[in-house]
Amino acid sequence: MNASNKKLVWIGGLVLLAVLCVLPFLVKNFRVFQFNMVMIYAIAILGLNILTGYNGQISLGHGAFYAIGAYGAAILMDGAGVPYWATLPFAAVLCFVFGFLMGFPALRLGGHYLALATFALALAVPQMLKYKKIEHLTGGVQGIVLSKPEPPFELSILGQPLSADRWLYFYTLFVLLIMFLIAWRLLRGRVGRALVAIRDHPIAASAMGINLPVFKSITFGVSAAFTGVAGGLSASVVAFVSPDSFTSFLSITLLVGVVVGGLASIPGAIAGAIFIQYVPNVADEISKSAPWAIYGTFLILLMYLMPSGAAGLVSKIWSRLRPASTSATSSPEGKLS
Amino acid sequence: MEAFLHQIFAGIANGGIYASVGLALVMIHQATHHINFAQGEMATFSTFIAWALINAGWPYWGAFFLTVAISFALGLIIQRTVLKPVEKAPVLTNVIVFVGLLVIFNAVAGWIFDHTIKSFPSPFPKGTFFETKYFSAHDIGSIGVTLVVLVALYCFFKFTPLGLAMRAAAQNPESARLVGVRVSWMLGMGWGLAAAIGAVAGMMVAPIVFLDPNMMGGILLYGFAAALLGGIDNPWGAVIGGFIVGVLENLLGAYVIGTELKLTVALVLIVGTLIVRPDGLFGKAVVTRV
Amino acid sequence: MKRTFLATALAGLTLAAFSGTAIAQKKYDSGATDKEIKLGNVNPYSGPASAYGAIGKTMDAYFKMINASGGVNGRQIKFISLDDGYNPAKTVEQIRKLVEEEEVLATVGVLGTPPNSAIHKYMNQKRMPQLFVATGATKWGDPKNFPWTMGWQPNYQGESKIYAQHLLETKPNAKIGILYQNDDYGKDYLKGFLDGLGDKAKTMVVKQLTYEVTDPTIDSQMVELKASGADVFFNITTPKFAAQAIKKAAEIGWKPQHYLNNVSNSVGAVMMPAGPENGVGILSVFYLKDPTDAQWHNTPEYKEWLGFMQKHMPTGDLKDLNHVFGYTMAQGVVQVLKQAGNELTRANIMKQAANIDMNLPMLLPGVNVKTGPDDFYPIERGQLARWNGKTWVLEGKVFGR
Repeated sequence: MNASNKKLVWIGGLVLLAVLCVLPFLVKNFRVFQFNMVMIYAIAILGLNILTGYNGQISLGHGAFYAIGAYGAAILMDGAGVPYWATLPFAAVLCFVFGFLMGFPALRLGGHYLALATFALALAVPQMLKYKKIEHLTGGVQGIVLSKPEPPFELSILGQPLSADRWLYFYTLFVLLIMFLIAWRLLRGRVGRALVAIRDHPIAASAMGINLPVFKSITFGVSAAFTGVAGGLSASVVAFVSPDSFTSFLSITLLVGVVVGGLASIPGAIAGAIFIQYVPNVADEISKSAPWAIYGTFLILLMYLMPSGAAGLVSKIWSRLRPASTSATSSPEGKLS
Repeated sequence: MEAFLHQIFAGIANGGIYASVGLALVMIHQATHHINFAQGEMATFSTFIAWALINAGWPYWGAFFLTVAISFALGLIIQRTVLKPVEKAPVLTNVIVFVGLLVIFNAVAGWIFDHTIKSFPSPFPKGTFFETKYFSAHDIGSIGVTLVVLVALYCFFKFTPLGLAMRAAAQNPESARLVGVRVSWMLGMGWGLAAAIGAVAGMMVAPIVFLDPNMMGGILLYGFAAALLGGIDNPWGAVIGGFIVGVLENLLGAYVIGTELKLTVALVLIVGTLIVRPDGLFGKAVVTRV
Repeated sequence: MKRTFLATALAGLTLAAFSGTAIAQKKYDSGATDKEIKLGNVNPYSGPASAYGAIGKTMDAYFKMINASGGVNGRQIKFISLDDGYNPAKTVEQIRKLVEEEEVLATVGVLGTPPNSAIHKYMNQKRMPQLFVATGATKWGDPKNFPWTMGWQPNYQGESKIYAQHLLETKPNAKIGILYQNDDYGKDYLKGFLDGLGDKAKTMVVKQLTYEVTDPTIDSQMVELKASGADVFFNITTPKFAAQAIKKAAEIGWKPQHYLNNVSNSVGAVMMPAGPENGVGILSVFYLKDPTDAQWHNTPEYKEWLGFMQKHMPTGDLKDLNHVFGYTMAQGVVQVLKQAGNELTRANIMKQAANIDMNLPMLLPGVNVKTGPDDFYPIERGQLARWNGKTWVLEGKVFGR
């Protein structure tokens, strides 16, 4: 990329950042809440994408890691009085461990079998959360009611005060940027290439010296950790956790987000998150009697129009517009076996 | 002892349900190499159609066979119209299309037929001659129906040219085309057959669990487990897998871990079995060339 | 002298008459205007609890009917009902939309214990009425800590205590088997029942089993309950599973004294699909009139409900008790709005809601709706009924205060 292009990118980035900072003060708190959910879903989808998009291991159970992260954070905040910002590393580590453990049996399973095993995980976790022996920790069927963190200082921009929702917006945005940065560093380099190699040509990859079992299990762990961080954030933003919030439908929704956003794409996660947050609401406005039928129709139409997700569409358009430039930065999309 | 036996028999009866759903999943996989997540909702929708026919005065078996025919046609049409555009797309794209279908069928069923549970008649009512103490007439009858479907499927795939053509189309579409198999139509027929089997499963299940739009939600996981435990390419495996899942579910819930962690135990079981036998209990290992 | 007196008196009276009107001046919070009152609601129209969506639909139809005949105090009711799929995280979002974007005057009939738990704190912080929540969980009647939240139906623990009391009176040495849904609703009923049995709970209860909403059947649990030797069965299940339980019990030849929770005693949704002869002898608490019960069919109240259904909800299932539930709750809401008159502030809505004393047509005779500043449980009474194969036959006295 030449110097003037680089300058453009930097200026564009700064403008974007400025817009993002002012945005929460332009809209009502409820909208800010929705933005927060979009960012949280984006992190969760990114996590799943690391596993499914880049590494080809399909997971229908990431809702379970989201739940573990959320409950982990909630229990710390409610039971141990840990401040909200300190719960995230704990959620990440906890979910890494569970994900890593799940990675071992996953080694032996492929395709449909892994999908089944992870789907069973998604169904089992809500039931485990209700188990009476740990009820004193998890609140059992009642869940845990939390308080939203208050902003640490007073501020007013454009006449709107810095409310709890707006404060959480900046906090979530900060975490989002960090998680995306981590993913970017990981996936753009050797690790990313190794993941893709494992996905597309596992036998060749191990012949080249990549330690498949360790790599795949760690990938599972990292993927779970990302989604767990998203769950931990949701505990503060929604201020309530209960087993009913984390049904198997959440896992399916996250997968929808990954595919709609684009497999093996980091920015695609945001597109996917926007889809899963807003399209159900849009469908509700279009049809009161069968909104989910509208949602399903949208899904299918999107798959026709952009089978490689939003990111795939963008890169197709981009390569059409600039046929001469060699795009050394686009990530390959492989097929899953 | 009697209670123990009773649990086993209740498990076999339930297992019949999982077996029939598993069979439909295996069917679709044999024909298309995909697992259709919308299978359950399509089966529920078919059962609603049968219910509507029966309510309109049709006799049971008339409604039964008409529903099977309609479901076949519906499956075929869906494959030819909705799935054709993504035939060449990656697997996950197809999965999302299935999710879309799942959601659409569920919502439309609820919209047309509303959400209150409905009772669905059984062709084997109380008092039929083969009723026993542990199995109701319907339990035995529905297991019988499942076995009949299984045998018919097996013979179809093994002994008929059409069945062979379908298997070829799924396993190696390029070569199949070269020998004159109309691959696209084979896929469509595969979907039609799977939808028909799903309809049969739905109509056998509904008298036990009652008909409502969410009827198949809980069953699909177990049907899925049955199909995979038995080996995804093996119809006999799916049926045996179904019975195993049914019995184990009951026994574990009653004697080992209690009802509060049944799903967790099911999870551990499934994962455990697949670790030991990654291709399912009766499946064939697939060897790929590097 | 007389004339001045008369003039003054006349003037005084006129003044009084005018200031009387001035006292009833209009006061509005957001969501209320001269022409319109905005009410918010969240119901599960999709997902595992979608059967209860019928309640929201019935309330919507009722308010439309009221609007067609002029509304309440000349104002049209705008009833905005959103779907949460029984997912508490979604409930939070939809409620915030109703409160912060639509700026409704009050919310009514939000359904389900987890959904309401998720918004409980928020509603009270925002001083937004969380009125007539459609769940029987016992924690909704706590005006001291949560002055903006009010229950509606007889709470689950109160109902269980009725069964416990009845059991202790009729079968004090019984062996009890319990099946309950593994969630808040199930556990609430269970708690009331065990509390009602007191010390005897430990000796009387021989088996306690759970199930999940995602379970396909509860056959295994029923077999286990029969094997435990229990001769009393407390059935804490939602309609689909209640029907399965009744059917299975008959199939395996288990004939315990069967107590069925109020949530699942609908004739159309449970007793008929289960097989009417299978449920003979089952006891359940009622506070609403079951629309399939022939004893009400010639009463003017039933005919009024029937007329409402035929005209405004023609596709509704006349056997579904949810339609009676929604109808009755909507009537309660209308009464509160009427009482509020022109002072349509949230504070006044809660004040009027805490000041109800009325009978509603589809409630059982003897069951009233009464609240007070310390009493946030509008309906507290119920009566036992026994299924005779065709209908529910009321027996005994009306319980509750």
